[in-house]
Amino acid sequence: MVDRRGMAPAFLDVSGLSCRRGGRRVFEGLSFGLGAGELLTLTGPNGSGKTTLLRALALLVPSDAGAIQWRGADVTADREAWRKRLGWLGHQEGLKADLSVRENISIACRLRGESVHRNRIDEALAAFDLVRLSHRPARTLSAGQRRRAALARLVAGEAQVWLLDEPFNALDAPSQAALRDVMETHIEDGGLAIAATHVSLGLRGARTLELGK
Amino acid sequence: MSGFTALVARDLKLVWRRPGDVGLVLAFFIVATVLFPLGIGPESNLLARIAGGVLWCAALFASLLSLDRLFAADYEDGTLDLLLLAPWPLELAALAKCAAHWIVTGLPLAILAPVMGGAFGLELRSQGALALTLLVGTPALSLIGGLAAALTLGARRGGALLALLALPLCVPTLIFGASAVEVLVTGEGFATHLAILAALALVSLATLPWAIAAALRQAGE
Repeated sequence: MVDRRGMAPAFLDVSGLSCRRGGRRVFEGLSFGLGAGELLTLTGPNGSGKTTLLRALALLVPSDAGAIQWRGADVTADREAWRKRLGWLGHQEGLKADLSVRENISIACRLRGESVHRNRIDEALAAFDLVRLSHRPARTLSAGQRRRAALARLVAGEAQVWLLDEPFNALDAPSQAALRDVMETHIEDGGLAIAATHVSLGLRGARTLELGK
Repeated sequence: MSGFTALVARDLKLVWRRPGDVGLVLAFFIVATVLFPLGIGPESNLLARIAGGVLWCAALFASLLSLDRLFAADYEDGTLDLLLLAPWPLELAALAKCAAHWIVTGLPLAILAPVMGGAFGLELRSQGALALTLLVGTPALSLIGGLAAALTLGARRGGALLALLALPLCVPTLIFGASAVEVLVTGEGFATHLAILAALALVSLATLPWAIAAALRQAGE
């Protein structure tokens, strides 16, 4: 349970969330709240349910008990509105190998029903030093470059709540710094972020939820 | 609808970047149909009578060839998660994927089949009818195949399982598609057959996107 005493009212309120996978209890009775401009880091050993929690929050995995509320309303009541708020970065980058980095980002925006803002995409590409690579097909990129492209897609979108699964995977030191910068900007702009990571984010105001205890 | 058109456009662009995949399907269709006249011999009456069945079967097998990658590619590279998280109905996404599949397989097969019908000694009228039945019937094949592809997502030997699941469900479409050409050869009208094919396609259109979406959600868990 994350202590929120003295903080702004929670936008995202998770109470008593439980999840079972393949007959095994992954987590039970999980409760936390997150206000605008707050970041939650999920830590814990492998298999402790970090990815499952992120997928449950995205409604990709059904939960057995508990509720996920956004501003007091259950998110399952209007799934599409909830999904519109979500920015997702999973284990896999979600890039089409035969499309260029720029195409991948602009198509992802269209698939989310968002209009494609060239400037926004340019800024996102620049934030992760991808301008030079923006016309290269994703299949020609290294693992770290693919991760950066997926992060640029997240930044180019208009999502308010970022759900990030091991965002630092395969990133070199400058890219990790770039990710910290964009996360800081996102939070300063009133966004929310939940990140499952083994790496310390080193960001002010980041709270931690340890799973598997 | 913008998400729907974006997804169709994306899949068409992916095919455009890798045209070999569609080329393979069409080449298979040509080779498979050419084998029959070679195997049976130049008995034009017999060939014309079986043309409808043979060309429809070959079109069915050809469209199945490319179906195992319909959702598997999205599943493997993580873009399926992005579709599951898109703020518009997954049923529309399923329909968009099947529509793109039809545009790059069903449509070219419907154009190619009458040309191949010539090798079977089909008259011009029968060739036209064959194209029309394939145009009306192949959307059902793409949707049924889409369901099988979604159900076998992540399964080992998914390709073989997909064929086993899809082929029996395609039997009604196959029967009415093939017999529509056959009745024309014997001098009868084929409007009834065409209407039934259209009905089968419409029933598929009205039901299968929901079933495909449910299977995709299951696969995404």
